[in-house]
Amino acid sequence: MIRLEKRPQPSRAWSLATPLIAVLATMIAGGLLFALLGKDPVEAIRTIFWEPLFGEFSFYYRPQLLVKGAPLVLIAIGLSLGFKAGIWNIGAEGQYIMGALVGAGIGLAFYPLEAWYVFPLMVIGGAFGGWLWAMIPAYLKTRFGTNEILVSLMLVYVAEQFLASMSLGLMRNPEGHGFPGSRNFNSYEGASSWINENAGMHWGVVAALIAVIFAYVLLNRHMVGYHIRLTGEAPRAAKFAGVNPARLILFCLGTSGMLAGLAGLFEVSGPSGQVSIDFNVGYGFTAIIVAFLGRLHPVGILLAGGLMALTYIGGDIAQSNLQLPSAAIQVFQGMLLFFLLAFDLLTNFRISLGKPEVA
Amino acid sequence: MTEVLLSLKGLTKAYPGVVANDSVSFDIGAGEVHALLGENGAGKSTLVKMIYGLVKPDSGEMLLRGVPFAPSEPRQARADGIAMVFQHFSLFDALNVAENIALGMENPPALRDLATKIREVSEAYGLPLDPYRTVGDLSAGERQRVEIIRCLLQDPKLLIMDEPTSVLTPQEVEILFQTLEKLRAEGTSILYISHKLEEIRTLCDHATILRLGKNVGECVPAETSASEMAELMVGAALTPPKRGNRDFGAVAMDISGLSVPSPSAFGTALRNVHLTVRRGEILGIGGVAGNGQDELLSVLSGEVLTQTDAVKLGADPIGHLGPVARRALGVLAAPEERLGHAAAPDMSLTENAMLTGATREGLVKNGFLKWAAAKEFAERVIEAFDVRTPGPENAARSLSGGNLQKFVIGREVLQRPEVLVVNQPTWGVDASAAAAIRQSLLDLAAGGAAVICISQDLDELMEISDSFAALNEGRLSAPRPAEGLTVEEIGLMMGGAHGMEVAHV
Repeated sequence: MIRLEKRPQPSRAWSLATPLIAVLATMIAGGLLFALLGKDPVEAIRTIFWEPLFGEFSFYYRPQLLVKGAPLVLIAIGLSLGFKAGIWNIGAEGQYIMGALVGAGIGLAFYPLEAWYVFPLMVIGGAFGGWLWAMIPAYLKTRFGTNEILVSLMLVYVAEQFLASMSLGLMRNPEGHGFPGSRNFNSYEGASSWINENAGMHWGVVAALIAVIFAYVLLNRHMVGYHIRLTGEAPRAAKFAGVNPARLILFCLGTSGMLAGLAGLFEVSGPSGQVSIDFNVGYGFTAIIVAFLGRLHPVGILLAGGLMALTYIGGDIAQSNLQLPSAAIQVFQGMLLFFLLAFDLLTNFRISLGKPEVA
Repeated sequence: MTEVLLSLKGLTKAYPGVVANDSVSFDIGAGEVHALLGENGAGKSTLVKMIYGLVKPDSGEMLLRGVPFAPSEPRQARADGIAMVFQHFSLFDALNVAENIALGMENPPALRDLATKIREVSEAYGLPLDPYRTVGDLSAGERQRVEIIRCLLQDPKLLIMDEPTSVLTPQEVEILFQTLEKLRAEGTSILYISHKLEEIRTLCDHATILRLGKNVGECVPAETSASEMAELMVGAALTPPKRGNRDFGAVAMDISGLSVPSPSAFGTALRNVHLTVRRGEILGIGGVAGNGQDELLSVLSGEVLTQTDAVKLGADPIGHLGPVARRALGVLAAPEERLGHAAAPDMSLTENAMLTGATREGLVKNGFLKWAAAKEFAERVIEAFDVRTPGPENAARSLSGGNLQKFVIGREVLQRPEVLVVNQPTWGVDASAAAAIRQSLLDLAAGGAAVICISQDLDELMEISDSFAALNEGRLSAPRPAEGLTVEEIGLMMGGAHGMEVAHV
């Protein structure tokens, strides 16, 4: 009989190995799925994992990896801080929108001034917008004990209404012949987040890398990071150690809101280019998955963000080249998450074969 | 001995890395109170779990009235007339007595019939209990009655009691013993697990002593001295902690008129607590579990804030200061719950050393953590307190309870506290480690620190305390010099029999 035995302590080797095993298992199970759909499994897997990186058109897809990966990593890093402490910000999508709106609003207000300080002001505005939107659930939770999951999630829909109103009203391009959407930042040099558009490099990529390093140092070397981990693992011990729960909530929600707001600003002033009704494509929600795929570890999140971006781009290629249905691609992405979480069990448990033990 | 009820022959049970029971054999006679004596970890619990069908023996057999008996689950054991009262009650606070008892039955009768039956049984055995009272309102002694009555309703032939007196005041113990005497007179056998020797000498007809999973001796308790039994149990003569001559200095901590509302629905509110402890003094605080011990520790450690001048360090009010600020002033604490409160289970010992050591040991600079220094501090604790672990990188949960307790106490003691507050410092710790922990508290006091030791182990408190007070329903009795206190007086300080009626036998 197969049994699970709890390890006396989490295994380091397994926690590094399980993501690789999970990717392999996804390839096998996904290959089976594609074979059942009558496609060549090897070809399909190759298209998803190989084509974007080393295929014929990789010069086009590689920059896309940066463009798609950066906001995911940036948002997920922020979320992971709260998740580690048991503070669940589900509303990063809303903070992302509000950051984009405040940052873009500053940029549009300066149009067409070309000055060095326009873009930095937009960055500050983006961070502030996201931070402010996250402070609403944070304040309500510390003051009245409301559930931050519900409040932050519901504020996403409020933010979406704001976005619609802004792109149809206040921020609409006066020279846009009445079409919804703001001026395009790609034609406003001083307010564009692109560093090198052909390479997919924009300031969001830089910010994501800085965020990874910042989070790593915070969690491993700083008292605040230690308190975050302690609160997540043993809330009573954290209280005993002197953690102020309210301050921690404000810090975690504020930081995650700020990073989500930054991601929104970099997106709206670069890859997306303008404030429009549907400029947000759900990065704020996908980032939750990325945070968990990366086991809430900064480096893990960096890799997970890359992997997630890869399956999105590879999935798109497979859809157009191999006529795979998009549902099959989604199932494939779901498998990846499933296997990662399932194999995660091995970090804390070992499988042993033998007689069951009644304790 | 008369007729044999249950006979154990060569019972062996091994867990990975440890033999919990090694070929244990003994007989329990009908109508006999049989003591099972041993230290923590001696294998008492595993043995009774085998009898109760919770654990299957690897080898050996049991005979119940001469018939082979191998229960595969507790239900089967109960059907054969074996009942057990666990040390930790499994009762729902929000339900009443009858509902709780019905929950444990296979085919519970209608609640009204059950209530009648509960009344009958409880009166027959001198355990008055109102079936309609909410369990959350009952004292520990009354909760134990619920568990006992739950067992008696099955009309058991053998009643197993696991450390039943650990939650009772001396007066409540007296009442319990009268009930057990009556059961014995009716022919029910009782297997009585304890490590309290005097109790066993009063109550039990026969004793089996376990050490490291082996049956190391049997005796008739009434004819054996407590020290002889203790030696059998520990395997060596114990050196009791030495207390030097102590001079008390100035008042180190002063609490006056402290009232704190209960933090949760079934917690205990502290009511008008006064205490002072001087430098060099050990103040022992006794009391039955759940009478405000946790709450008192939280107030002293700074986890719960109070009015500024309700808690004073020397002459300085500190009631408004949190744990970090209090540590900086030298007020340290070691809570009862090791895993999850005193230490984070999944974190390494180094990280757990950081948990309380950051301020006083200088493990943090400008908010950045000095892990090398924390590791060095953890190693010092491990070394000085003989914590058995491969090294400070191991997770707290990988340590045995006793070893982790040594780490938790050592971590505070090595920080040179001005005032140290400990709750249940030796709970679940083997005798030699417990002696070491007590010695370290005595040494600390001898060095001029004030120590407040909250414990439910009265022997421990009498051994180390200079003065003694007791918590009862959130009230603290006036402290009295520990020397010369009688068990009777201590019992009354703990609340006497909590208004429970004496058994009408």
